[in-house]
Parts: sequence; C-alpha cells; structure tokens
Amino acid sequence: MTSPADWGLPLGAPAPGASFSDLLESLGLSPRWDVPDSPVRDLGAPEATTVLASRYRDGVVIGGDRQATEGHLIAHRRMRKVYPSDRMSAVAVAGTAGLALEMVRLFCVELEHYEKIEGAMLSLEGKANFLSRLVRSQLPLAFQGLAVVPLFAGYDPGTEHGRVYTFDVVGGRYEEHDYGAAGSGAVQARAYLRTAWEAGMTEADAVEKVMAALVAAADVDVATGGPDLRRGILPNLVVIDADGVREVSEEYLEEVARSSLGGNR
Amino acid sequence: MNPGFYVTPEQLVRDRAEFARKGIARGRSIVAMEYRKGILMLAENPGGALHKISEVYDRIAFAGVGRYNEFETLRKAGIRQADVMGYLYSRDDVTALGLATAFSQTLGVIFSHETKPFEVELLICELGRDGHPNHMLQISYDGTLVDERGVLAIGGKADLLGGALRERFTEDLELDAAIRLGMEVFAETENRPLDGWEAAVLEEGSARRCFRRLADAELESLSAQLSP
Repeated sequence: MTSPADWGLPLGAPAPGASFSDLLESLGLSPRWDVPDSPVRDLGAPEATTVLASRYRDGVVIGGDRQATEGHLIAHRRMRKVYPSDRMSAVAVAGTAGLALEMVRLFCVELEHYEKIEGAMLSLEGKANFLSRLVRSQLPLAFQGLAVVPLFAGYDPGTEHGRVYTFDVVGGRYEEHDYGAAGSGAVQARAYLRTAWEAGMTEADAVEKVMAALVAAADVDVATGGPDLRRGILPNLVVIDADGVREVSEEYLEEVARSSLGGNR
Repeated sequence: MNPGFYVTPEQLVRDRAEFARKGIARGRSIVAMEYRKGILMLAENPGGALHKISEVYDRIAFAGVGRYNEFETLRKAGIRQADVMGYLYSRDDVTALGLATAFSQTLGVIFSHETKPFEVELLICELGRDGHPNHMLQISYDGTLVDERGVLAIGGKADLLGGALRERFTEDLELDAAIRLGMEVFAETENRPLDGWEAAVLEEGSARRCFRRLADAELESLSAQLSP
C-alpha cells in the first residue's frame, strides 16, 4: 500500500527540475540500449547521410538530403533529417537513423519542457551544450559502430546572428564561423562550400549554395541522395532568422534544385 | 482516547473547505471565454512577473488562482505529466481531461490527507481539434471537477464574474471584443481601479503549439479604451 501522498501526481522533481531527460531518468523511462561487449556484427541498421548548415547575413540555413542507406542498399528515400527543434533553432542528424531520430525527439521535448517549466527559452549555447550531452551519452554505442552525429543551427537573439554548431562522435561541440556539415557526404559538401561561401550572403544565396553543396555531395558520394525530380523528392531546407524557424517551400526548393542540377543532371 | 478531541468528518471537511475558500478569496480571479478563433484567458495581474496563465501542451493551457507556490507546483507537475505521456506515446494522446483528472485526484488526496488543503483553484483549457468542441475545466481545492462551455471563471469572485459574463457573452466574438468584454466585467464586479492585466490565448494557427501570450502594450491600449 502506498501512502496517500503517492496517489496523485508526483509533485516533486529531480533537481534542478527543468530537464526532461533527467525526469525520464528518475522515472526509469530514459531511452536505453544494452549492447554486448563484443563488437556487434553489422546490424544493417539504416544510416542517415549528409546534412549541412551555413550562416548568412540575417541567420542560418540548415538542410539535409532524404536518403538512408543500409550497406549498399537504399533503405529509405524520403527520410527527414532536419527538424525545427523550437521557434529559434533546428537540428539535423547523420549516422544510425533509428538512434538519431530518437535523439532528435528527446532533444525537441527537452527544449520545450525547459521553456514551459522555466517560462523562458534556453540560450542557444545552452541548447547546443545539452545536445552535446545527448551525443556523449551514446558513446558506448558509437564504439559498437552505431554512431550519431548531429548538426545544430539557430538564431541567437543576443548577438543577433545565426550560429552553427558541429559535433563529433564523443560529444565534442564546435561552433563554426561559416558553415558545417556531417555525414558521409560532408567532405564533398564542405569542399563545395569552401569556395562558394561568402560573408554577408543573402538568404536566397545561402539556400542556393546549400542546395548546390548537397548536389555536389550526391554527385560523388553514393550514399547521399540528391534532388530526385523524377520522383519528386527534394532535400529539406530550413531557414532560421530573427523571425524564427521556417521551412523552405517545396515549389521554391524545386526551382533551386533544377538550377543546381543544371550543369550535371 | 480522549473524546474531547473527536471531530466529525462533516466538521473536518467544513473547516478545511472554509479555510481553502478564505485563502482563494484573497487572490484575484481569472476568466476564460471562447471566441471566434479559440479560447481567451484573462486575469488581473498587477505585477506581471509571476504568471497565472501558462502553456501546458500543444493545445492545452493552465491557469491558477490562490497561493502562488501551490498552483505553481501543480502547474509544473502537470507539464511533467503531459510531456512524459506525449513522449512515451504520441502528442495526440495528451488530453485536457486526462490532465484535469490527475489534478483533481491530487487535490482530492491533499484535501483529505494533508495537514492543510491547497488554497487554489485551477482552470484547464483545451482547444478542440478539427471542429471538435473546446474544453474548459475547473478544478477546485477539494478536487471537484466541472466542465463548462462558453465562459468560465475561477477565484474568489468566480460566481459574480461568471454570472455577469454569461449574461453578456455571445458566441464568435473577435479577440479584441472578447478582451474588452472580460475587462468590463472585471471592472463592474470588482468596483475598484484595476491595475495590470495578463492574458493568453489558445488559437488555431500554422504552428503546432497554439498557446500565445498577449503583449502588455496590446492589453493596455484595450484597457485604456474602456469607459471610466
């Protein structure tokens, strides 16, 4: 028999009290994967590939292709890798798809939970640090070959510009001055942006260049799926500026994709 | 056992209820009403730093009157419950009725088992999805749950405010008109100068989260238009 105090809602919370993942942990509900010590055989879990983000004059553009691969096969053609995490930021993921999507879900709830409990949003830096903690908690899985590497971008109302954060597999967090990328096509995407990126670009420029970088990555990296006009599959691009997060419309994306593909269709 | 200490259950409940009602009557009331695009919640709040109205979930809002620390504890517990449910299952599985019964259960247990009952009254509003009706639920200090349509008031002057509001309320008001009506009813009922407002709406828009706080400037300009 529990005491009467336990019959209703639990009124206490784990300190400091505004973290959703700590709450899950205290309830024994946090996502948990028990893996064998020995290196796992190839599980064939789908992998999400290329994501990238670029700063521009008024904010930041973050995008990703839509393909997930399973070894040499295409597992999903329309996977979504870029998610608005709140009104002022977005997160994109590369790596083991199932774990990555769970990480995004937890991250989004965490930001919203904090905002509701505290009555104010976390700072952009605070959000990035928390994401880094989520990546770090996956380290044992990364050793088993199930790595997740996110990319985080948002608008910082304090400094009034967009910021891009990249992460490594152990949870290291790096703020990028100009652009960042993660996933199998990241090398090609970065190589493209290295020459194309300009300080003080407009939003239209930035969208165009991020799309072109994805096309460049898909051109060389087989795991990256570029714009597929025949099937009507386009990358996801999200723009974040002082007005908040918004998805770039399908029609506009198609137009940009068409012109990016122009030379190497 | 010393028979001198025996208190009948009726007496006990009466005493506790009176205690809670006195505590609630000291605070200011809150009204909620449906308007054309959603639900408006309006409170008199001179400070403005401590919110009485807040967001719980995508389409659910919370308002509390009475002791701040007590309804704040309940508000946070509600947010935790909602976020855990939504994370474990789906966002659609979080409902106002589920939350309201959890609050009702909690307040009921506290009322009869704790040293003193909570001196609070709560309001849970939910914006109906795809043409389904909205919900406005009132939870009292003893866990009593009431479901209302159109308008609902909580707090010490709830009966007066609710009655006056119900008389003049019409469906499909615009937001400005609804706020003005709420302010007028407050002014008539309180019969003293009012200072500072807090208001929020649950409104259908493009975003998943329907809760929106109204800016102080907007409220002040509406309040200035009222006839003195």
